[in-house]
Amino acid sequence: MKKTLSGIAASNGIAIAKAFRLENPELNVEKSTVTDAAQEVARFEAALNQSTSELEAIKERTAKQISDKEAAIFGAHLLVLSDPELVGPIKEKIETEQTNAEYALQETANMFIQMFEAMDNDYMKERAADIRDVTKRVLSHLLGVTIQSPSMISEEVIIIAEDLTPSDTVQLDPSFVKAFITDIGGRTSHSAILARTLEIPAVVGAKEVMASIENGTLVIVDGLDGHIILDPDSETVAEYEEKKAQYDRQKAEWAKLKNEPTVTTDGHAVELGANIGTPKDTAGVLENGGEAIGLYRTEFLYMGRDQFPTEDEQYEAYSSVLKAMEGKPTVVRTLDIGGDKELSYLQLPKELNPFLGLRAIRLCLEMPDMFRTQLRALLRASVHGNLKIMFPMIATLDEFRQAKALVEDEKAKLQTEGIDVSDSIEIGIMVEIPSTAVMADTFAKEVDFFSIGTNDLIQYTMAADRMNENVSYLYQPFNPAILRLVKMVIDASHREGKWTGMCGEMAGDEIAIPILLGLGLDEFSMSASSILKARSQIGKLSKAEMATHIDRILAMDTSAEVADYVKANM
Amino acid sequence: MVEKQFTITDEAGIHARPASALVGSLSKFKSDITLEHKGKKVNLKSILGVMSLGVASGSTVTVAANGEDEEEALAQVSQVMASEGLSN
Repeated sequence: MKKTLSGIAASNGIAIAKAFRLENPELNVEKSTVTDAAQEVARFEAALNQSTSELEAIKERTAKQISDKEAAIFGAHLLVLSDPELVGPIKEKIETEQTNAEYALQETANMFIQMFEAMDNDYMKERAADIRDVTKRVLSHLLGVTIQSPSMISEEVIIIAEDLTPSDTVQLDPSFVKAFITDIGGRTSHSAILARTLEIPAVVGAKEVMASIENGTLVIVDGLDGHIILDPDSETVAEYEEKKAQYDRQKAEWAKLKNEPTVTTDGHAVELGANIGTPKDTAGVLENGGEAIGLYRTEFLYMGRDQFPTEDEQYEAYSSVLKAMEGKPTVVRTLDIGGDKELSYLQLPKELNPFLGLRAIRLCLEMPDMFRTQLRALLRASVHGNLKIMFPMIATLDEFRQAKALVEDEKAKLQTEGIDVSDSIEIGIMVEIPSTAVMADTFAKEVDFFSIGTNDLIQYTMAADRMNENVSYLYQPFNPAILRLVKMVIDASHREGKWTGMCGEMAGDEIAIPILLGLGLDEFSMSASSILKARSQIGKLSKAEMATHIDRILAMDTSAEVADYVKANM
Repeated sequence: MVEKQFTITDEAGIHARPASALVGSLSKFKSDITLEHKGKKVNLKSILGVMSLGVASGSTVTVAANGEDEEEALAQVSQVMASEGLSN
C-alpha cells in the first residue's frame, strides 16, 4: 500500500531505491570480574588501536573526498581515543577493581558524557555525541559486535536511520547510497550539511521512518519537497522517474555554468550575485557560481543578542566574507533596522507607521556613534577584498551626503591612526523610495552605484503594506509604474558612467529577467540557489532583442498584461 | 615550574577545533601541563579536560608546565594559542 510521509528537505534531488535500515546494535555491558587485569588492559588497548586505525582511515578518506575542515572532527575523535584523562582512569579501574574493560570504559565515558550534557551551552552539549560515537566504536570491538557501517553497502539503497553520526555520513558511498532519511535532525545538522556536499538527496526529521519502513521496501525520496513515498504504485514511480530525469538534466546543465561568466547570446555580460545574511552563507554563494555578493544584510549581526556588536566582532564578520570572496565584488548594506525590525537592547519609541518611520539610514544618522562603529569596522575590513558600501532607505541627496561624510571622516581618522583602508571602496545607495528613483539623475552624479530594492520600491510606490494581505493584490512587480522607475534609475546611472544592480526578489524572477536585461540592468542579486538557473536563462536571451520590447512594455496598462506579453514573446 | 596567563579572544571561546590543535601539539612533551580556569585545573594534554572547562570568550586562563622541557612546552602553547586565534 502506497503511503506518504514527510520531513525536512535537507538536500536536493530525487531517489528511488530499496530501503536499508541502519540500526545500532544494542551494546549490552555487564559488569564482571577478571582474574588477569594485565591481560584485560591489553585487550582494551587492542580495541583502542583497532578503533584508532579505523578513525584514521575515515579521517583520511574524509579529507580526500570532502574537505580538511570536515576531517577535523575525526581528528578530535582521535584525540578522545588517546586522552590520558579517559584512558588512564579506565586502565586504573580495570587494575584496581579487577573489572572487565567494557564496564570500565562505559562507566568512565558516561561520566564525561553526563558532564558535557549538563553544560548550559548547546555547542558543548553536542560534544557528548562525539564521546558517544567514539565510545561505541571501542565498545563494539571489545564485545566483538560488528557495527553496521554504511561503507559495507554494495547495492543501491536508501538509508533509513534514526540519526546518522558524522562518521556514518562520511562513509556513505554515493554510488550505492542514493539517499538517506532520518527520524531526527534539521537542515543544519551535520549529516544534512554533508549530504549537500556529497550531493545525496536527504530528508531529515521525518519522525516515524524507523517505525514505518522495513528493509527492502521500495521508497521514493523527494529531497526537493521533503516527501517520502513508501510502496509506490507503478504510476507514481513513473512520475518520479520523470521528475528525477528532469532534475538531473537541469542540474547537469546548470553545473556546467558554475564557473562560466553570465553572457547573453549577443555577447553582453552581466553580473550575477547573491544576497546573504551571515558570513556562513558565503560558501553557498561560491558553490552556486556567484560572481558577487550583491547584498550583505548586516542587521543579522545586531539581532538575537543583548548588546551592540563591537567594532572587532563586526570587523571579523566583514573580513571573513571579503576574504572568502577573493576579490569578487561584495556589497555590504549598512544597518537596516528600526521600524518593524526591533532590537531588544535599543529602545525606540513605538511608531504608528513603522515602515514610514525612523529606520535604516534615518536611524543611523540619528545615532551616529552606532553608525560610526559599523563604518570603522567596514573600512578596516576593506583591505581584505572588493568592498562596496551601500546605504539603505535613502530618500534625499542630503542624507546620502551626510552618510558619505561620516565614511570619509572615519577613513581619515583610521589613516591618522596608521590603519590601512582600501582606496577603491565604491559607495552607493539602495533605491527603494520613489523620490530617489525620480531624482536618480541627480544622485547619479554623486553615488558610485545604485541597487534597486524591489520589495520596498513596490510597497512605497503602490502605497501598499506588503505585510497586509488585504492589499496584497497591489504587490505588482510588473506594473509599468515600477518598470518605468527602474528604467529611470538604470538610464541615469549609465549616463554618468555608473552601474545599477537589483537585490530584490524580482532580480531572480524568470519573467522579470528578460525585461531587466532589456532595460540594461548591470547586476542581478538573488538567493544563491537561483543563480545557476538565472545564468542558464540569460545565456539563451539576446540583450539587443529584449531591448526592442521595452517601449511596448512600458506603454502597457497593467502588470498582468506585461507578464502575459513576456511569457509569449520574450 | 613555569606559568603564563592568556586572555581568550576567540569569539567562541576554546571550542573543539583550536582545542584539538592545542592538545594535539602537546603530546610530545614530557612535562605536566595544566590549564586553570576559575579555580578548576585540568590536564592540557586531555581534550576532554580542556573542553569540560567550557572556557568562554574574554576569560583569563593560566597555563602551567612542570618538567624537563617546561620552557619549550609553554612556548608551544603560546604559539598555538596565537596561530589558532585563541589569544593574542
